Amino acid sequence: MSGGSLGRLRGLLRKEFVQIWRDPSSIAIAFLLPAVLLLLFGYGVSLDAANVPVALVTQQPSALAESFAAAFDQSAYFQSRRYLNVQEAERALDAREVQGVVWLPSDFARRAGSGGQSPIGVIVNGVDTNNARIVEGYVQQVWAGWLAAEARKAGRPSPMPIAVEPQMRFNPAVSSRDFLVPGLIALIMTLTGALLTALVIAREWERGTMEALMVTRVTIREIMLSKLIPYFALGMGGMAATVAIAMFLFEVPLRGSLLTLTAASALFMLAALGMGLLISTFARNQFVASQVAIMATFLPALILSGFLFDINSMPRVVQIITNIVAARFFVAILQSTFLAGDVWSVILPNALALAIMATIFLGAARLLARKRLD
Amino acid sequence: MWRSVLALVVKELLAVLRDPKSRSVLILPPLIQLMVFGYAATYDLDHVPTAIYDEDPSEASRDLVARFLGSPTFRLVAMLKSSEQIDELIDARKVALVLTIDRRFTRDLLTGEPAPVQVIVDGRNSNTALLIEGYVNSIVTDFSLAWSAAHGGAPPPALLDVRARYNPTLSSRWFFLPSIVALLTQIVTLLVVSLSVARERETGTFDQLLVTPLRQIDILLGKGLPGVLIGMIEASVIVAAATWWFEVPLRGGLFALYFGLLLFVVAVTGIGLMISSLAATQQQALLGVFLFMVPSIILSGFATPIANMPVWEQHLTLINPMRYFLVIVRAVFLEGAGASSLVQQYWPMAVIGAVSQAAAAWLFRSRVT
Repeated sequence: MSGGSLGRLRGLLRKEFVQIWRDPSSIAIAFLLPAVLLLLFGYGVSLDAANVPVALVTQQPSALAESFAAAFDQSAYFQSRRYLNVQEAERALDAREVQGVVWLPSDFARRAGSGGQSPIGVIVNGVDTNNARIVEGYVQQVWAGWLAAEARKAGRPSPMPIAVEPQMRFNPAVSSRDFLVPGLIALIMTLTGALLTALVIAREWERGTMEALMVTRVTIREIMLSKLIPYFALGMGGMAATVAIAMFLFEVPLRGSLLTLTAASALFMLAALGMGLLISTFARNQFVASQVAIMATFLPALILSGFLFDINSMPRVVQIITNIVAARFFVAILQSTFLAGDVWSVILPNALALAIMATIFLGAARLLARKRLD
Repeated sequence: MWRSVLALVVKELLAVLRDPKSRSVLILPPLIQLMVFGYAATYDLDHVPTAIYDEDPSEASRDLVARFLGSPTFRLVAMLKSSEQIDELIDARKVALVLTIDRRFTRDLLTGEPAPVQVIVDGRNSNTALLIEGYVNSIVTDFSLAWSAAHGGAPPPALLDVRARYNPTLSSRWFFLPSIVALLTQIVTLLVVSLSVARERETGTFDQLLVTPLRQIDILLGKGLPGVLIGMIEASVIVAAATWWFEVPLRGGLFALYFGLLLFVVAVTGIGLMISSLAATQQQALLGVFLFMVPSIILSGFATPIANMPVWEQHLTLINPMRYFLVIVRAVFLEGAGASSLVQQYWPMAVIGAVSQAAAAWLFRSRVT
């Protein structure tokens, strides 16, 4: 780069920084938004169900029914409430006062005691399927524990002859916060990177200042660099802030190295910025740019990145589509670096994918910008 | 007066719809999103990559393994020959589950000792991990009961008979698709409304609007009604697609749904107008949209239950219109709820709508003078 070019770039950069400084909404998007989001999410986003209220209906009291009910009362998963009949319990289920109904029929003790089998009715509200499944799983555990205890009391061999020894790798406490907070960082950086850049450059097109810039001796590369550098800095600053909050406030362990995390974030930031540049070059007005940025970056980062929903469980076609979502690769790196450590077999392929995406987006944005001028 | 408001509404709609790019971002992306998310947003597990390490190849263990292979939930990636491969497979996320059948398995089964089966799950996604454990438990329970019965054990005194109301197969698509109605409607409405005033302010035409004979209330109506209109149409398209394309049952009445939708869109429009009147540029408006929209999605019960949040945050959700509308769409779609049972959801949205519209009107006036 020649001296004149450097000088021009310096001038452009100064203009960018002054603009950012004068309209604090950029700084707010970069720092305030991530912090607020992380606080709200970190506390609010939890898939852990504990003390689930369930309705317990024993239609006819008996010693056996009592021992079953006691197993529920003692379980840490449940907070049981007694109801006199199933209708009443189902009404409570519909009103969402309880999340499940467990009822023992009136002939429970007779059928169960005489060597027969009594059904235990379990009703869950299937509307929230995830919760329904979790409640179902808990009920099953309480039931299996109760069966084993009953068999022990009677001196019979357990009807559950297998001891399942679960081992939760990387997250033994099964804290959904430890799983969700690293993914959130990707979501938040997507906002800063793609959204901010898309908007800023679309604004120049909309106001006509981009054309004005282009008739000067400034080259496209200089214009793009002058946009990339400040927002890259803002985005990385936001990243540092969110990582600090994740580690110190939410106490998510960082088992990998900070260096890996920073390098991966830089790659992702470049891909996100490239996406933003591309959108703005194509959109040329802020309304369209913001719509496209939300639809093409934020929502996919929320739903297609593996941050919430398991990519393996998606239909094959959707799994293929997730490969064009940069956040997907970053989320994989984040989850591994935070919870498992520097697992190179995860980090390297994902980092490579991010690098390729960054190159394609930035390259395409540059080509498109030139073509537009002609 | 109505004539002039109408003229303003028409002008607003034209401003959004005349430009082919603005027009297409209102129509295409939401439809694409609906399709992709409709298939992607699921908590159902399918094809969980699994490795099995059978240290005790025997009839009993083969039977247990066959039950896993026969389940569509699990997909076998590898039969392991040694325990050394386990860490590598799990670390690299090649498998999410490793099932290890201990070498004492058959012996313990026969002697009545608890026969050990180790289940190693990748906890990086804790929700998936929990669900995997649940599936494993139910397969192992089935196996246990069958084995026990075949080997002369006493049958268990009681069996669980689980029923899921409203969604017997527990398809999470049924849970998420109605929610996407709320999600996309809110995004589109909010953007249309909140950027409209900011755009005029940025280009300077807002001042021109103010010197016309239109009263401020007329301007407010003229800016708000297009948002309500676009939001209602957008929602209708998504409801239709959810019902006919994804075949989610729409069990309740349309009145209950649309009454809720109207209140929701009015409330969102009010919030959009508030943001709009506070912002001087479109960038600021967009910041406002995000500051409101992202928390409102997260604090709505869209993906994670409100009941799992800390109490202070549960209180915070009370001012979020999406929270109420989500209950309405889910209840109307799946539970067949009627309007009378949803009053508890309607009135808070009406209050939020009234307050936000009034606040927007007040903010308008104070920004003008």
